[in-house]
Amino acid sequence: MMKNSSVVDQLLLLLAITILTTPVLSDLVLSKVERRIDVTSQIARVTKTLKVVNSGSESVSEFTLTFPKFLGNNLAYLSVSHSEGKGKSKRSLANLSVKEANPKGMPDSISFYSVTLPKPLNKGDTLTLEVVAAFTNVLQPFPEKITQRDIHLVMLQESAQYLSPYVVESQSLSIKLPNARIESYTKLENTKLQGSEIKYGPYKNLAEYSYAPIVVHFESKAAFAVAEKLVREIEVSHWGNVQVTEHYNLVHRGAQLKGEFSRLEYQDRPNPQGVSALRHLLARLPPRAHSIYYRDDIGNISTSQMQSDSKKTEVLIEPRFPLFGGWKTFFTIGYGLPLSDFLFASEGKRFLDISFGSPMLDLVTEKLIVQVVLPEGSKDISVTTPFAVKQSHEIKYSHLDIAGRPVVVLEKNNVVPDHNQKIQVYYKFSNINLLSEPLMLITGFFVLFITCIIYTRADFSISKSSAAYLAKLQWDEVHWNLVSVTFTCNLLISYVVDIENMALSFVYQVLATLQEVQNIIQKCLAAHDKLEASLRDLSRTGDIQTCKAARKSTDSLLKDLSKDLRPLLASLQSFPSASHISPKVEELVAKEKELQEKLMAKHTTVVEGYEKKSSGRDIENRIASQQQKIVALRQEVDDLLEFIDEI
Amino acid sequence: MGGKEDPTANGSPKSESMAGKKASPPDLLSSISLKSLKLKTKQQELLLRVSILGLVYVLAFIARLFSVLRYESMIHEFDPYFNYRTTLFLTEKGFYEFWNWFDSESWYPLGRIIGGTLYPGLMVTAALIYWTLRFLRFFVHIREVCVLTAPFFASNTTLVAYFFGKEIWDTGAGLVAAALIAICPGYISRSVAGSYDNEAVAIFALLLTFYLFVKAVKTGSLSWALASAFGYFYMVSAWGGYVFIINLIPLYVLVLLITARYSLRLYVAYNCMYILGMLLAMQIRFVGFQHVQSGEHMGAMGVFLLMQVFYFLDWVKHQLNDTKLFQTFLRITVTSAILVGGIALGVGTASGYISPWTGRFYSLLDPTYAKDHIPIIASVSEHQPTAWSSFMFDYHILLFLFPAGLYFCFKRLSDATIFIVMYGLTSLYFAGVMVRLILVATPAVCLISAIAVSATVKNLTSLLRTKQKVPQTGSTKGAGSSKSSSKVTLDQSQPFQKNGAIALLVGVFYLLSRYAIHCTWVTSEAYSSPSIVLAARGAHGNRIIFDDYREAYYWLRQNTPTDAKVMSWWDYGYQITAMGNRTVIVDNNTWNNTHIATVGRAMSSYEDEAYDIMRSLDVNYVLVVFGGVTGYSSDDINKFLWMVRIGGGVYPVIKEPDYLVNGEFRVDKGASPKMLNCLMYKLCYYRFGELVTEYGKPTGYDRARGVEIGNKDIKLEHLEEAYTTSNWIVRIYRVKPPTNRL
Repeated sequence: MMKNSSVVDQLLLLLAITILTTPVLSDLVLSKVERRIDVTSQIARVTKTLKVVNSGSESVSEFTLTFPKFLGNNLAYLSVSHSEGKGKSKRSLANLSVKEANPKGMPDSISFYSVTLPKPLNKGDTLTLEVVAAFTNVLQPFPEKITQRDIHLVMLQESAQYLSPYVVESQSLSIKLPNARIESYTKLENTKLQGSEIKYGPYKNLAEYSYAPIVVHFESKAAFAVAEKLVREIEVSHWGNVQVTEHYNLVHRGAQLKGEFSRLEYQDRPNPQGVSALRHLLARLPPRAHSIYYRDDIGNISTSQMQSDSKKTEVLIEPRFPLFGGWKTFFTIGYGLPLSDFLFASEGKRFLDISFGSPMLDLVTEKLIVQVVLPEGSKDISVTTPFAVKQSHEIKYSHLDIAGRPVVVLEKNNVVPDHNQKIQVYYKFSNINLLSEPLMLITGFFVLFITCIIYTRADFSISKSSAAYLAKLQWDEVHWNLVSVTFTCNLLISYVVDIENMALSFVYQVLATLQEVQNIIQKCLAAHDKLEASLRDLSRTGDIQTCKAARKSTDSLLKDLSKDLRPLLASLQSFPSASHISPKVEELVAKEKELQEKLMAKHTTVVEGYEKKSSGRDIENRIASQQQKIVALRQEVDDLLEFIDEI
Repeated sequence: MGGKEDPTANGSPKSESMAGKKASPPDLLSSISLKSLKLKTKQQELLLRVSILGLVYVLAFIARLFSVLRYESMIHEFDPYFNYRTTLFLTEKGFYEFWNWFDSESWYPLGRIIGGTLYPGLMVTAALIYWTLRFLRFFVHIREVCVLTAPFFASNTTLVAYFFGKEIWDTGAGLVAAALIAICPGYISRSVAGSYDNEAVAIFALLLTFYLFVKAVKTGSLSWALASAFGYFYMVSAWGGYVFIINLIPLYVLVLLITARYSLRLYVAYNCMYILGMLLAMQIRFVGFQHVQSGEHMGAMGVFLLMQVFYFLDWVKHQLNDTKLFQTFLRITVTSAILVGGIALGVGTASGYISPWTGRFYSLLDPTYAKDHIPIIASVSEHQPTAWSSFMFDYHILLFLFPAGLYFCFKRLSDATIFIVMYGLTSLYFAGVMVRLILVATPAVCLISAIAVSATVKNLTSLLRTKQKVPQTGSTKGAGSSKSSSKVTLDQSQPFQKNGAIALLVGVFYLLSRYAIHCTWVTSEAYSSPSIVLAARGAHGNRIIFDDYREAYYWLRQNTPTDAKVMSWWDYGYQITAMGNRTVIVDNNTWNNTHIATVGRAMSSYEDEAYDIMRSLDVNYVLVVFGGVTGYSSDDINKFLWMVRIGGGVYPVIKEPDYLVNGEFRVDKGASPKMLNCLMYKLCYYRFGELVTEYGKPTGYDRARGVEIGNKDIKLEHLEEAYTTSNWIVRIYRVKPPTNRL
């Protein structure tokens, strides 16, 4: 379809030119025109050197450039500069301002651009203009649909003669083709094919609006990668980073694939097919680019390679699948750049100096949207660009933003790598704003902790007298008492150790005394046992004498023991630290004495009973009450002993 | 410590500490100014507990991040892609749109009422987290939220496990349970980052419900019962596994009734939880009136009625005051109650009001049921019975600690321990029936094992601690002139006991550290693969990534018409709709067996027959997964017999023996002719016969099955290759329009 329409265009153009009643714009004459068209990539890049002579009488300050409409519509980039000198000493001077012009009475099939000359051109003066123009979509794939095995052929239409409102004295054209097959080309007079370059001309003395259509049909190995839409988001963080995120809607604009895609043939080693497929793209990022990622809607894409040196960072980006003609893909790349390389200060303002276009080589962007996200609180924002762009402003909300970040949105259609020029975004920003986000975080956490503290300290129960509440309180109390009791015990154990260390001998004295008391009591008890045993013997043998003897010896032993006990008790009372123990010890001694007395009484009763020869039952009845008391006392004494033992 | 306490202990405590230490602790407390000390202990204990819990919380989260670090922040497997897609829809369109969403992109031409056929708990949870974060000015992507939902809830589960452990045993057991569950592979397998599935939040909800219910039974408090009803509601909204709760809790109540542990607390807890939980659950459209209409839920209803009968009998007994009369009354009431219940159930079932048990439920009770009756359930690998090795793999030492824990539970039987014992035993049975249910058993196993660990360690350390005290008294005694004989004998037995305790403690810590190592290893090796991206080791030890699935899905997304219909085996349905954004014929929801069988039939028919089926289904593209080049074994050829079985289950034209040779499944020269010419075979091996896959092998050597294929000259008549991924794993074919048209 496109091809057809452009052919129609060309016919229209021819028609228009033939009937043109050429109003001469001015008396300028182009003494020499050299045109070079480079079609090695998908972009047709035209370089022209025009030598302009004013042959009229009036001085001229404007120069008109013309293109056939079908080319003019696809004009992506146009820059005109004038140069001085010749040969190697030639140097280009400042770019001249170019704007689209619509002179009246001119046919629609021609696009006009007027160039303001640096200084009015007086009669007889000459000026050399350098024109660089880049066209997209002018290489038409033909045939429009190919199979995987076919080679990719494209067609270029141009004019062998330079279309100009001025008389051209001499002109030549050279077309640089990729180093591959050339299917056909229009042969005019003075046409030469040298390697991969076709030369037309030179043609002399051409009238105004001369036109000689030519068509070149050749194989293109270049990838026709076109970004239908590219959104570049450049986010400035004053914490030291410029984050660039680029979203590509990529399409292969070459001849469309028809029929099968065969992986087998595509991967065939000796002669792989599908050469027209777009396998990868090369992105040339600024040096020191870091944290590079490459992903799409459904995740990371692992097929990319990166190499970097001090001059540049190159990323070889391979889409998930090879792009054949008409196939599309979408992906995102992102990278961080050091802030110091791109942000500068001038006259109290800061400005970001960053390139406008995509870092991809040989990529045509149909619609480029650049969003420069400035830090929250930036003011007085202005943008300077080397070419016209559509500007608007937005607000973006990112992490921890309250007012939002100001966003400058720049939009431009039909962008080619020639547009990769620096743009400047000026704004004012106070450093205090930097602290707002950390402060917000700090406040947030502070509030959180305060709430926690209040919550744990405060009592939120509604009814302070309800049973459940009281039970809970009580439980808490008991639980924590228990915990602290265990804790205290442990503490005390260590505490005892401390005391031992401090007053070891002192404590030992007490303990030794206690030990002795204990021993004596034990001995007393042993004596009691002996006495009891003698009683048992008595009941068995009836030998009263032995029993009496035992009684006597026990008596004396017990007396000795109680004598020993007295000083011990006295010393125990003298220890202040033993004040807690001494009552117990005294109690013990008292009990023991009581026990002793009861035992003696029992003994006496039993012996008397035997002496009176009363019956065993009688004796037992008599001593029964005594026996009970003895057992109880014995128990108490044992308990006390055990207690002291534990100490 | 003692040094620190010196200023508070002045003068008198010296003697007190010696005399009254054991005799009268309250005296001690009052005499030493312990108010400050008490607070200090409380705070120290709290600090220790909170910091351990905090560490466990963090550990549970980061242990699940292997896949994010090793691969990327992405959604895993199959079902999570559907969940992700619905969550995306929810956050973009809002809740009402979500609730009323009719999805025409799946089950073409039937479509699916998404709002009414899914458990929305997971999506709503993720969306809420997302909205909260946005409200707090953290502009995260919903994908990140979805990826990290599972680890986040795993962390929360550790908290619940702590409280649960505290409830059934003590604080120590709670802490151990939290630590065990944080890294237990059985749970990690379903909750790594990216595993955005219902189970991710459901286990949290399950354990929370159980905890709250046990708490309710313990306290008899209406508020806890209410909380457990809400926990149950959350569970119902999140996962179909809620059926386990609604059967286990009545069973537990029944056991309590039988063991004469009926109390008013139980009455309050169960009634409140059941009634409110049921009413709340009915709000979920997918569940609807199942609580009163489905056979699986009738047990809960029966126990509810039984509780009323019990309560009534209790009241009558109280009023009657006559045992004989009451016995008669009891007999009459119980008989009539059982009769009425039985009749009601019979009538309900017969009239179709109460639906019978579903196949899934049957297959749980009878492991062989699915194999015979529902091939589609049996075809899923995670529905297979569990092998012993996977128990060992997922539980490691917990498998041995579990019985020990049961012993401790039985030793200290209470309402709470009865619950955990029942939960452990029943879920362990289910885990044995189905691999994926290991997940349900994991919390119980962790809790019970935690009891074992905690009780053992506690006993051992208390042994050690008493030892520590004895040498001190021994030393003081040593200064004395003599020793009592009893002490001497005790002292002699100590060294052995002490060493034994130390050895056992070291053993416990060794086991636990092995457990930690095992868990980390399993998580990193086995459970952290996204299964969308496959990784292998190259010949030089380098990592090779096969990203073919996404390559194919993304190709579909970008380079096919937006209304294209893709036919594939149901496994890939969710992924195609989520990543490829294209309409599919069948997907992982598997709600319509006939539709799946139709696809199975198409795949196992000859090309022209299959073409008619595909035309009738409006199919534009056919997607097959093929591992012959890479040696990827879970491809469509290996799944093919299931397609035949499922297809044959509905369409008897398809017969399994046609595809087998002597009962053997083959793809080489010896394969059956039907096999060699069916659509699936053709699509997988189209032009494969010309490819050399391995050095020194003939062309067309299938690396997944290790044979040279039997049909190398495959011609496609109605389909053409549209795309094949770089490693041939996914192959997409375009269905050509009929030749007589266009």
